[in-house]
Parts: sequence; C-alpha cells; structure tokens
Amino acid sequence: MGRYLKTLRRFWGTALASQTEYQANLLFDLLAMGGNLAGSLFMIGLFFQGGRGLGGWTWPEALVVLGIYTLLDGVSSTLLRPNLSRIVTQVQEGTLDFVLLKPIDSQFWLSTRTFALGGLPEIGAGLLLMAWAARAAGARPSLAVVAAAVVLLGTSLTILYSLWFVLATTSIWFVKTWNATEVLRATLTAGRYPVTAYPQTLRVLFTVVIPVAFLTTVPAEAVLGRPSWPWLLGGAGMAVLFFALSRAFWQLALRFHTSASS
Amino acid sequence: MRRVARLARVARVLLATQYAHMLEYRAEIALWALSGLVPLLMMSLWIHQADMGVAPSGGGAASGAELGAAIGGLSRVELARYFISAFIVRQFTVAWVVFAFEEDALQGRLSPMLLQPLHPLWRYLTSHLAEQATRLPFVAGLAGIFLLLVPWAAWWPAPGRLLLAVLATVLAFAVNFLVQCLIAVLCFWSERASALERLHTLAMLFLSGLMAPLELFPPAVRQAAQWTPFPWIIHFPARLLAGAELDAAAGFAALAAWLALLLPLTLLLWRAGVRRYAAMGS
Repeated sequence: MGRYLKTLRRFWGTALASQTEYQANLLFDLLAMGGNLAGSLFMIGLFFQGGRGLGGWTWPEALVVLGIYTLLDGVSSTLLRPNLSRIVTQVQEGTLDFVLLKPIDSQFWLSTRTFALGGLPEIGAGLLLMAWAARAAGARPSLAVVAAAVVLLGTSLTILYSLWFVLATTSIWFVKTWNATEVLRATLTAGRYPVTAYPQTLRVLFTVVIPVAFLTTVPAEAVLGRPSWPWLLGGAGMAVLFFALSRAFWQLALRFHTSASS
Repeated sequence: MRRVARLARVARVLLATQYAHMLEYRAEIALWALSGLVPLLMMSLWIHQADMGVAPSGGGAASGAELGAAIGGLSRVELARYFISAFIVRQFTVAWVVFAFEEDALQGRLSPMLLQPLHPLWRYLTSHLAEQATRLPFVAGLAGIFLLLVPWAAWWPAPGRLLLAVLATVLAFAVNFLVQCLIAVLCFWSERASALERLHTLAMLFLSGLMAPLELFPPAVRQAAQWTPFPWIIHFPARLLAGAELDAAAGFAALAAWLALLLPLTLLLWRAGVRRYAAMGS
C-alpha cells in the first residue's frame, strides 16, 4: 500500500512539473469551463420557465445535480481522459509491454500515470455549486447525511471510472476507440438533469442498464439530506459490480494481448 | 473548357478515393453518428416537460400523443419533429477540419499537400463529403428507429420543403466547414487552435438549437444568438425539415451573408498563413 502511495506521489509530481510549462492552456480551460457552466445553467433555466419544475425538483435542487455533474466532468478531464486515452497509444506503439513488465499493478499504473491541471477548476466549481445549491435548497447537513453523501459520491466516481476503463480496455481488440469514448460522453450528458425529468422508459434504462442515475441523481438526493437505504445499498452494489467488472475485463483483455513487435 | 474537364476529373477521383477510405472506417463512423444523440435525449426531456404542464401528476407520459400538451407555444408533435430534424441536420453539418488539419501539420503531411496544384482545403472538403455519404445509412436507420419510438410524430415533408431543407443543410454545412477552416488556419499562428475549437463546440452546443429550439429562449437571448452563425446551422434547416412556419427567405439570406463573409476571410488568412508556414524536420 505504501509503495502505491509513494508511486502516486511521484506520478503526479512529474505531471505537475511538466504542465506548469503550458500556462496559456489553463486560461482556455477556465474559459471553456465558464462557458460550459453558463450554458448548462441557461438550459436548466429554460426548463424552469413557466414554473413547471423539472421532474419534481426545485431550481436549487436541480443545481445540486448540475454541481455533481460538473464535479464528475472535472474528474474526467483531470484523471480519466488523460490516462485512459493513452492506453490506445500504448497498444498502437507497443509500449504497453513495458507497463506490463513493471512490478506494479498494471491497471493502477495505466489509470493514475498522469493528471491534467486544467480539470481542477472544474472540480472546484462543481463542489462549490453543489454546496451552495444544497444550502439554498435548505439541506441541513447532519453527520449521517454527510456520511451518506460522501459514500454515494464515492460510488458515483467508481462507476464512472469503471465505465471509462472498460471502454479504454476494448482498445486491446479494436485499437481505435476514440469514438466509443465520445458515445460514452454523449450518454453521460444525460446526467446533467435529474433522472425523474425523463419519461418512464428512459428512467428505467438510466437506472438499470446505463447507471446514469447513480452518477448524479442518487448522490444529489443524499446531499439534499434525503438518503435512503435502498439507494445507498443499490449504489454500493453497482459500484462494486462495475469495479469488479472492469478488473475482470482487463484481465481477460490481457490474455488476448499479443505484443506489437514480434 | 479543358480546365473544367480537369477539375471534374480531380473531383471525381478525390471523392472516389476518399469514399473508399471512409468505408474502411464505417464502424468508427457509425459510433460517431451514435454520439450525436444529444438532440434525441433533449427531445424526451422537453416532451416530458410539455406533458407535465397538462397532467401535473405525470401519469402515462410515455403513451401516445396527449392533446394540448405544449410548451412555449410548441406542441408535442412539433417538438418531436423539431428534434428529430435537428438530429439529422447535425449529422450532415458536422465538420472536423481542425483535428485533421492539426494532425497533418504536426506530422508533416501538409508540406507535400502544399506542393500539389490543388488547394488543400479541397481535399478536406471531399473527405467530409465522403464521410457524410458513409454516414447516410446509419443516420437513416437511427432516425427510423426514433420515429418508431414516437410514431405519432411521423411526417413526410412536402417535396418543395424537403428540397429547401436539403439546400439549407448544404449551405449550413458550408458555413460550419468555413468556421472550422478559419479556426484551423489560426494553427499557422498559434498552437492553441484546438483550445479555440473547444470554445466553438460549446457555442455550437448551446446556441445552435441542439438542446432547445430557439422559440423557447428568452427573446433577448434569441435575438443575440441570431447574430451568430450557430442558429442558422442547426435551428433553421431543422425547422424547414420539420415543416414549421418560418421566414425561409431570412434564413437563406443569413446563411448567404455568413458565406460571403467567411469564404474570402478564410482564403485570405490561408494565404497569409502559408507564407508564415515553415515545415518542421528535414
């Protein structure tokens, strides 16, 4: 365990050092984040015109969902996208073999090797929006509520990571998976809105098949101070299931991996 | 006369080779078509929202057309037709010049292209057209599936309308292609062109009408948006295709104006940029 922590510190230290070289990029990242947030707020605002509410959620409650979505998007740009898009390059160039030879878990190495500074402001903005909106919605944070919220945010991040990793793993067979990740991104945009805003069929699809509901709506319920045992257990079950799936899938993929140069 | 014959031959050969090239990537392109599902997601949200206005209890939202369900003056049927049209229009107006150009410039493939007696932008244009031809069957299939899900919205536009909608989509693609070329050409001056492209994508997402028809925007925002090219690229052709009431002349005038502005600007900047361009490596 200590070895992994030490490795992680080295990984991120070097990533930080190399990225402070490109400061102008950060400005564009901030601009893009601002634009994205403004656009999302505007769209949710459109739904609230005429006082209909959105799937039974009030304006500040819907903003908690958006805050969590922004947080997840930030984690994707900070950790998931930079690392997992490199798996594809490594399969193509044959450098995956070097990773497999290292005396460390290959999934750990591939998932944490680097991080992008540009996504951090988005994580911050997401957390702020979530906290502010929860306060505006009148949530009273008790110890149990905070604990449930933290657990459910953890499960949401685990599910998101597993989905990304499974898709990135398919590059062992298909080499090019850029478009597959685009499909995932498009599907996850569904999480910008509470799942109850969708018609019945999509609601079921987003809960059972593609766990969009567990990514944003379920943690939002907990943040708003209405966590319930079924959702808590469901979320934890989903997270364990998806994480185990991603590991099993990676082991399976490795058995099919034939090195590029031979 | 000989020049025309030569041009026609070049165009034919380019289109044929690019089409063959794109066919190899048909699985990729099918996935890409699938990633354009956002308008259909928004369709289900907006229709559900329109139903809420009628029956606040929210029962039976998925079954059949409920009479009178409307939002901002748009009925359920109009919403469904609009978003399906927006999905189709989006599929045929996508441009990816920035990414192709950036890669070509980085890998040094641009230099030989500059030596050929053919403007490199033609090459990108033909590859876009070939990619759209490859995409056509997937888009038709997806649109068909979605019409099956909302059978009460099925429609067939009048032949005149269909023709106008196709023309508007072609012009809209030309505008979007030129906007992207303009951003790509900025690669000659800065390595941040792809960062600029991210901002462009965002503006396209929120202002073009992909996520909500402009009729639902507050009037001031709608007017401001109409001064940008984005609503004319998606919203206008989609409304035409959906058979909605609209001022077609104004839409075509706006598209023509943007073309008249962007085409000379792009070509001028291209010429200035190529003069600055110094190839990397040996």
